[in-house]
Amino acid sequence: MKLAELRAKLGYQASLLGSVALLTSAALAFASLITGPDIKAAEEADLKASLTQVLPGSYDNELLKDTVTLHSEEGEVLVWRARNKGKVEAVVYRVTGYGYSGAIVCVMGVSREGKVLGVRVIKHAETPGLGDKIEPDKANWIYGFDGKWLGEPPVDKWAVKKDGGVFDQFAGATITPRAVVKAVKGGLVFFEANKTELLDEAGGVR
Amino acid sequence: MNEKYGRITREGLWDNNVVFAQMLALCPLLAVTSTATNGLGMGLASTAVLLLSNIIVSSVRHLISPEVRIPVYIVLIATLVTLVDMSLNAWAHELYKVLGLFIALIVVNCAILGRAESFASKNTVADAALDGLMMGMGFTLALVALGGVREILGSGTLFANAHLLLGPAFAFLETTIVPDYKGFLLMILPPGGFMALGFLLAAKRVFDRRRAERAETAAAAAVAN
Repeated sequence: MKLAELRAKLGYQASLLGSVALLTSAALAFASLITGPDIKAAEEADLKASLTQVLPGSYDNELLKDTVTLHSEEGEVLVWRARNKGKVEAVVYRVTGYGYSGAIVCVMGVSREGKVLGVRVIKHAETPGLGDKIEPDKANWIYGFDGKWLGEPPVDKWAVKKDGGVFDQFAGATITPRAVVKAVKGGLVFFEANKTELLDEAGGVR
Repeated sequence: MNEKYGRITREGLWDNNVVFAQMLALCPLLAVTSTATNGLGMGLASTAVLLLSNIIVSSVRHLISPEVRIPVYIVLIATLVTLVDMSLNAWAHELYKVLGLFIALIVVNCAILGRAESFASKNTVADAALDGLMMGMGFTLALVALGGVREILGSGTLFANAHLLLGPAFAFLETTIVPDYKGFLLMILPPGGFMALGFLLAAKRVFDRRRAERAETAAAAAVAN
């Protein structure tokens, strides 16, 4: 019965709350310490996997460490560079389009000649069953960009067919593919505008 | 003793099912059940948290003042969920990528606080553990049932992408119920979730009433004889 009396005291309740908070915080801090390195490693592996998807071929540098940050109209762009013997062979960066329900984040790889090596959508909230055909699991549409550049198709044909371009839209969803086409085109324009920095040629071969 | 465990099991799975009887946890339920696989993943994660929270709450039940019990339970549950979240992220990263979004949702699952409050704080650790497990299984059952109905009607498949959740060995679960199905978008979107849930609830009520009537007639017949 002693415990019951004690439990009713304000001081006991305050210290109970305090010690519960302290114990749980300690448990979380400890768990964070243990899992931290593993989470970081898993996330890096994830990032690397998503980058290499749009980067066929092999490169001899540490892709994740060879980055450069450039400014574009949409803010800062983080670019990963893939090299062979110090020469930049391809670059990878993210582009964002605005679809039917918010941002569609894509990652795209571009060769030093300015050709698209690959595009993947990494984050979107488009309508399931209609707009999600931009995912490679659902349709082959996203592979349609491979090998394209600003001369093939010509710049004014970089649009969905409904807008007079060459890229297919989906039945019932035009806004989504339109947004992705626009984002990829913007990515290529960004490449042309920043070629020297991207290919690291301003200061000669390192 | 066995009778008590049987009762706890029956309550958790059917009679007092989190969704179909208590009408709790509808928010995560409607959010994740666009496919049966998602439902299963969310159900298993919730079961783990429910089991652990029931055990912990039950083992410290004598120490907790009734006046501050709610904040204590909330802090405990939030901690457990965060621990599950972090360990999945670190050691089961593939699974985390599928479930990651749902794990944090478990904190707002009122069923877990509900069980801590109405069962674990009044019963022994063993009873509370069994209750947590069975309530969790009942919740999983509801999630898979609703997810299955919505998936079959919405996209014509069942357990699509199960291999992402359970590993390649479970790829056999992935079946296409209706080949060349054009899709029925409404069922995948939230309104379809509400409708499917409504019909499932009605079906359970009808089933329970039929069963009670049959039991009554049987009892009456036994008395008459």
